Amino acid sequence: MKIGEIQNLLEAHVLCGEDKLDCQVYSACSSDMMSDVLAFVKDQAVLLTGLVNPQVIRTAEMMDMKCVVFVRKKVPGEDIIELARDSGIVLMRSDLRMFEACGILYSAGLKGHVKGGN
Amino acid sequence: MADEIIRFHFDVDGDDFSSAGAASVEVKKRLRQLGFAPDVIRRVAIAMYEGEINMVIHADGGVVDVEVGDDDITMILSDHGPGIENVELAMQEGYSTARDNIRSLGFGAGMGLPNMKKYTDDMKIETEIGVGTTVIMKVNV
Repeated sequence: MKIGEIQNLLEAHVLCGEDKLDCQVYSACSSDMMSDVLAFVKDQAVLLTGLVNPQVIRTAEMMDMKCVVFVRKKVPGEDIIELARDSGIVLMRSDLRMFEACGILYSAGLKGHVKGGN
Repeated sequence: MADEIIRFHFDVDGDDFSSAGAASVEVKKRLRQLGFAPDVIRRVAIAMYEGEINMVIHADGGVVDVEVGDDDITMILSDHGPGIENVELAMQEGYSTARDNIRSLGFGAGMGLPNMKKYTDDMKIETEIGVGTTVIMKVNV
């Protein structure tokens, strides 16, 4: 799935990384606990979270993720957007709640885990 | 890859949670420039990031020294925090002494130390109550 399709499906607003909307991603994860993302995630390219702080971007960067979606109408500050821009991560925000956002993406073919890649 | 050991040193600010992890991001960039394999870079970065977060949460900051050698990358994280009372317990997944305000920031799930061990090839913890903690981690190249 292209990152741009995620934007359309979640009716999301892109905050940075517009030039990477054609990038393909195959799997995603969701959590408000970055500890769990660091411990359990493997090769997922998209992170959906309702947590808003700079550590979300750093965690995504450590895990080589390509896209972070803030759900539940969360609005990140300019410092967070800047951090994502520097890291080359696509950042977007959606009004949807986590469960709905995950369900929509999963139904559209984005999986929780894809063997051998993100 | 490197003819001699390359050393990086970072001070980790204990007062600013938002800047925690900045040193790990920098190490990741430098290892990428040095041409290491993505898997090695990721393991080093995650282990160091967890260590950095721990330093900020528990020890009011500290210092990190990274030594990049031909065969391995060593991270030495030292702090003057309260020390770890029971290392065996601290190594158990899910055990955490972090306060609730830290959990609200997305950390403190008790996965830090186990995760650091998981992503490295060797990990040693030297700790003394009231003196501080040094964690030495090695990732084979």
